[in-house]
Order: sequence, then C-alpha cells, then structure tokens
Amino acid sequence: MSDPRDNVQQEFLAEAQELVEALSRDLLLLDEAHHRGERVDPALINEIFRSVHTLKGIAGMFGYVHVGMVAHALEDLLDDLRLGRTFVGQELLDVLFDSVERFQRLLALEDPQSPAEESEVQAYVAVVRSLGLEPEEEEGDPLDKYAIEAGVLSVLTEYEEHRLRACIREGQRLYRLRAAFDLTAIDDSIETLRDVARDDAEIITYLPSMEGGNEDTIELVVLLASRVPEAELKEHFEGRYGTIEAIEERTHLPTLPPRLTSVPSAAIGLGPQREDDPSSASLRSVADSVRVDIRKLDHLMNVVAELALVRSAVNRIVDSFKGIPIYRQSAMDLDRIGRGFERQLSELRTGILDVRMVPLGQVFNKLARIVRQVAREHHKEVRLVVTGANTEVDKLIVEELTDPLMHLVRNAIDHGIELAEERTRAAKPPEGTLALNAYHKGSNVVIEVEDDGVGMKAHELRETAVARGLLSADASHELTRQEMLNLVFLPGLSTSSEITNLSGRGVGMDVVKTNILRMGGMISIASEQGIGTKITVTLPITLAIIRALIVTVASQTFALPITAVREAIPYVPEEVRTIQGREVITLRGETLAICDLGSLFGFRGSSRHEGRFIVVGAMGNRELGFVVDDLLGQEDVIIKSLGKSLASVRGFAGATDLGDQKVALVLDAPGLFTEYFDGPDALLPLETRP
Amino acid sequence: MAFEALIVDDSSAVRAFVRAALEDAGFARVQEAETGFEALRLLASNAFDVVIIDVNMPDINGLELLAFMKKSPRQQGARKILLSTQAGGPDSKRGTELGADAFLEKPFEVDELRALVGSLLGATGKVSG
Repeated sequence: MSDPRDNVQQEFLAEAQELVEALSRDLLLLDEAHHRGERVDPALINEIFRSVHTLKGIAGMFGYVHVGMVAHALEDLLDDLRLGRTFVGQELLDVLFDSVERFQRLLALEDPQSPAEESEVQAYVAVVRSLGLEPEEEEGDPLDKYAIEAGVLSVLTEYEEHRLRACIREGQRLYRLRAAFDLTAIDDSIETLRDVARDDAEIITYLPSMEGGNEDTIELVVLLASRVPEAELKEHFEGRYGTIEAIEERTHLPTLPPRLTSVPSAAIGLGPQREDDPSSASLRSVADSVRVDIRKLDHLMNVVAELALVRSAVNRIVDSFKGIPIYRQSAMDLDRIGRGFERQLSELRTGILDVRMVPLGQVFNKLARIVRQVAREHHKEVRLVVTGANTEVDKLIVEELTDPLMHLVRNAIDHGIELAEERTRAAKPPEGTLALNAYHKGSNVVIEVEDDGVGMKAHELRETAVARGLLSADASHELTRQEMLNLVFLPGLSTSSEITNLSGRGVGMDVVKTNILRMGGMISIASEQGIGTKITVTLPITLAIIRALIVTVASQTFALPITAVREAIPYVPEEVRTIQGREVITLRGETLAICDLGSLFGFRGSSRHEGRFIVVGAMGNRELGFVVDDLLGQEDVIIKSLGKSLASVRGFAGATDLGDQKVALVLDAPGLFTEYFDGPDALLPLETRP
Repeated sequence: MAFEALIVDDSSAVRAFVRAALEDAGFARVQEAETGFEALRLLASNAFDVVIIDVNMPDINGLELLAFMKKSPRQQGARKILLSTQAGGPDSKRGTELGADAFLEKPFEVDELRALVGSLLGATGKVSG
C-alpha cells in the first residue's frame, strides 16, 4: 500500500481541479447573464462562492498557502456579492476570470509554498480587495415583517438569512412546505422538488424535523419564497409534496410556535416500502460516482492483457489436442468454454475502457474561457459555437489535448478573425464565429477548430519559409497550395515573427503538431483566403488498447493500428509505376503512393517476392499503401513503451506482447505518414534538425 | 474499542483528511456523508460518539443537522464539532446555541483535530485507550 497521505493529497488535487473547473464554468454563465443584462441567479453566485470557499478551506489544510490566499480574498469579494453588498461588473468579472488560470498555475507548482509566488499573489490579492465595497446601511429588518419562528431563524446560515431578507425585500411571500421523504430516495426526491420549484419559488432551506419521521422516512420543512399566488402554489405542490402554507405576516402579536406534527401524507418517491433490514437501507450511500486514479485502470487493463495471454496459451493446447482422437471431444468442450471466456473478457475490457472515457466538454469549457479572454484582449467580437461536447474520449487524451487546442483557438482569434470594422468592410457579420466541433468517426475522434476569419495566405507562408531558409527557392515553386499551407507546421515558421501577446507564447504550430502526433493523431489544415480556416485534429479514442492488424515483413512481426488501416489488397508488382521517384499504383481510379516497409526498415533483399500485400492506410485525408509480406490477422494489443533509450527511434509507437512469447513492434502510423509525405526531418527532435 | 465518528462535509478532500487523521492508529472508525441528506440517513440508524459537521453545505446546512441531532434520541450521546471557516462569526454563534460542543476553524491540522476529538471523548468517560 502506498502512504495514505499520498492518497489524501491526490484527493485534494483532484477536488481542487474540479472546483476550479466548476468555477470556470459558472463564471462563463455569469458573464453571459451579465452581458445579456439579465438578472443574475443568486444560486449561481452562491455556487461560485461555494467553489472558492471550499477551495480556500482545503488549500489551507494541504499546505497550498498561495491558493489559500487567493481564494480567501476572492471569498470575501464573492461573499459581498452574494450578500448583495456589491454588484457584478466588468472589472469584477475580469478579476474573477483571472483567478481561474492563477489557481491552475498555483495548483501545478512543485512547491505549493514557493516564495517566488509571494509578490504576485500579494499584488492580485490587493486588486481583489480594492473591489470590495462598503456595506450599505439597511433600513429596518424585513424579517420583522414575518412571523417566522425562532426555531427556524436559529438554524439559518448567514447566507440563507440574507436570501430570506432579499426575497422579502423584493416583495416575495414566504411559504412553509411540509413533506415526508423516504430516506433511501431523498436525493432524487429533492432533485424533483427543486425542478418543480425552479420557476415559481426560491428554496431558502430545508429543515429536518423530528416529528413524523422514523428510520425510513423524515419530514422536512422547506422554507420557500415566491411571487406566485398562494392558490397556484398549492396546486403545484399539494398532493405531490405534502402541505404548503403561507407564513403569516406579522400584523398582530407573534403566533404560537407552529405545530411540526403534520402527518406525512404523501411520502414521495418511495414506491413500495423496503422490507429488508432498514438499517442496511439507510446506510446505502447515494453517491453514484467514484473518483478513480487512472493508474488503477491501467493496472486493470494490464490484467486483462495477461488474461488474454492465458487464453491464447490455452487455445494453443486445445489446438494441439484436437489432432488426438481420444481428446477431440474434450478439446471441443474446452474450445466452447474458451469462447465464452473470451466474450466476457472482451466485455470486461470494454467496461474498463468505458470508465476511462470523459466528455470533451471538459476541454471545451476551458477553451470557452480562453475565447472570451483573447477576444476581449484583442477587441474582437467572437461567437463561440460548440457541437459534440458530449463526445467521449480517453481521459489521458483529454488532458493532453488541452494545450494544443488552446493554441489553435488563440491562433484562430488572434490571426484568423478580423476586427469588427474589417469584417463589415468585407461584407461579413461584425461578429466572428469560432466553431469547435467534435464527433466520432470509426474508432477515432475528430475535433475541428473552425473560424470564419481572413484565412491563411499560402504564398506568404511559402515566402517566409524560403526567407528563413526552411525551403529552397526552387523547391518552393513546386509546392501545391495544400503543401504551402502545411508549411505552417514547420518548426521555426510560426514561432518567432508572430509572437504577440496572444498566441505567442513561444509555442508554434510545429509543437501543436508534435503533440498531436505523439498521441497517435493527425492534424490537417484547410483554409480559404477571406473565408476562413479549419484545423482538423484526428485522434484515437483511447491509447490504452488498440485493435491492430498483425503483419510480417521479412519474417519480423509488426502490429499496425487498425484505426489507420482502410483495407488490404494483394500486391501485384506489375501494377507499380514510379512517379517523381515514388512508387504508386492505381486503386479504383485513384493514385495511391506505396511504401515498402521492408526497404524502409532496411531489410533489403530479405522480403519474399510473391503473395505479398498492400495495406492501405488512411490518416486524415491522406492515403498510403504499406507493402508487407503477410497478414496474420487482427488482435487487440496493449502498447508498451519502448523505454527511454529507444524513444527516439522513428516509426514505432511501442511494442506489444502477442502471446506465445512473441513480441511485435507497433508501427506508428501517423509517424510513418509524416515521414513519407513530409520527409524524414519532420520527425526529428528540434535540436537535431539540420 | 475504537470510536464511531461521522464526518459530514461536501468536500471529499476534507472527508479524506478527517478520515486519515482519525482512522490512523485505529483511533476511530469514520463514516462519511457528503450531503445533509446522507447524514440524516446515517444519523437515523447509527449512534456516533463524535459527529463532525461543516456549517456551509448546500440544502441542509450544518446548523440544521445540529438542530436535528438535538431532538434525536439516538444522538444524545454524540459530541458535535462544527467546522467553519469563520470561528466567532454569526454561524458559529448559532451553532453554540444549537448544541455544538466545539468549533474547528478551517484550515486545521491533523493534531488539532485529534486533540479536540480526544479531549471531547475523554470528557464522556468513554476513552478506552
């Protein structure tokens, strides 16, 4: 077992991360409401307050002093906001948005107490503090208007009491709803109650009462504020949710303490009473999700792989028994059981993969924040359109995707979308559109970042590449428009001259491409001058396990990820032609470049010459035929890293164990594509490039 | 014999922290509740030696739980610690009136929590080492 404190620390980081993400999401909602001039939902402000408040509490307990300081300052500001002492404005929103990135940076620090952060944090805290307003003087206590029992008032938190006052001041009436709830289903019941109440009333609080309750049910007194006439509320809630009554306005002496004994007439959401042990029922946890360390899932995945190996070992024994007459029947029985085992194993694997999946919406939320920020900094009007936020992808990929996508989004706004005046002159709507689209395509996920901006100037890219010595003038004249656009991925092209405050963080499109390739993905670009640019990123859904086509080349076994394979066809040497030094064939009327893996890997002369195959690979919009000796079939493989010393070997994504003690190298399809189409240097680490 | 403890807090990190602090060395057996509703469920059918409650929770807040425990025959023996980020604030004052035995201001240290729980339970005469 690892140190329990490590686990607790992990728990902290995971929760802190979630809180910051929730904060970011809620701030975007707040920003939207503010800009549309809508009344801000107090519940939203309270949510924001709660995120920061919780973060402050836990940061202090886990030694993240700077996170704690920032959260503390914000908490006070947000407390003023939710208690109505200050109001939402542009400056306040900016400061709040700024906090999100600040939190993320501080949480990522190796040393959470690093003194280097001190001064900047102090400066930010000072800004936050300067926004707080003096509390307004209140005239008379609106609570005096109502005959609310002391027992109720005494259990309200400061915030709840504030909401109560605010509601009365806004002219809402107070109601008391009494209802009994089944303890095992209370969360769902409350959820529906909240839904019913949403448009008509604000729920101030829920008070558990002792009367009318037992081990299975509990009676709650729900304090509501509403503008809706009493008769209408009654119609809404009564019958469904016990009784509702208006709290009397204090026109005469305070009434006697109310009876809290109303019979739980309609216990909601219970269905038939549980007849089994009531204590076990009430102990049942209602939390329907757990947080799991991804390493545990990796471990489980490895166990599945080991089981698959055991299964294939058994298979081989079964096969050898089939040839022996007296064992044949047993061998067939074993075979049948084995197939059942395989089905279950495959379900287990699918199940584990499923757990790893998270919606891309997690990244899109972060991007929405960036869009807002960059657009504001650049005084551009940008509308963000998101489709497919529910598209799921492996957690690890989501993590890795954030930075590249963030860069693409910054680029689109910084270099793509024009200022409103320019757009109007070009007969475009003043507001630019940035679209983030995600969808599944086979076992890949496709993410598009599309803008309706100026588009890329292909010729300028070519000239820059020549001027920087990245391309010879001669070679540059032979480039197609698409090839010119692809120059943007060359290291040294998009970095130095274009560093602006926004997209320039010293990260160029080449780094974006390298990151995408590292995940086994592809990136492609389409752009029309004056119309816009679309960057398409294609990624495998998971990195944990892949289905692969097992092939042999010069007696060596290789695995080619099936996501990159479109089909396999027989290799007919007579059909091969050579165009510009590259071997090609014609497949259904289209020219297909082919690449002999034997000669690419330097197994010269050892490949056989007859009965070979072409495996047609497809990545993005490119196709390439790999010439191999034989096809051995498909298998699910778990890719193991080649280790540090072999990490620089190009063209391989890793190695895998195929059972029967055979190890196969897994081909890195995107890498091979890049190497073939863009030249060998495209894959070299930056510092080793000529 | 270990003590039975309940931590009610919507922050999983705080719950994990309290659990680690109290379960270490077999000091107490800790049950967790993420919401007031979950706490109600546990309080209805279990007797606890010590219940640690966060004041600020959505829906049913810590004060409401205290009020509930005051009336609950099963929880008369329980010691109640209220967690708050603002000791001495209006919320903690109400907590005292509702029968909280002690306050712990967030953030707190492992030792602080252990010492507090130890002294509270020592006072009940149930300490068994």
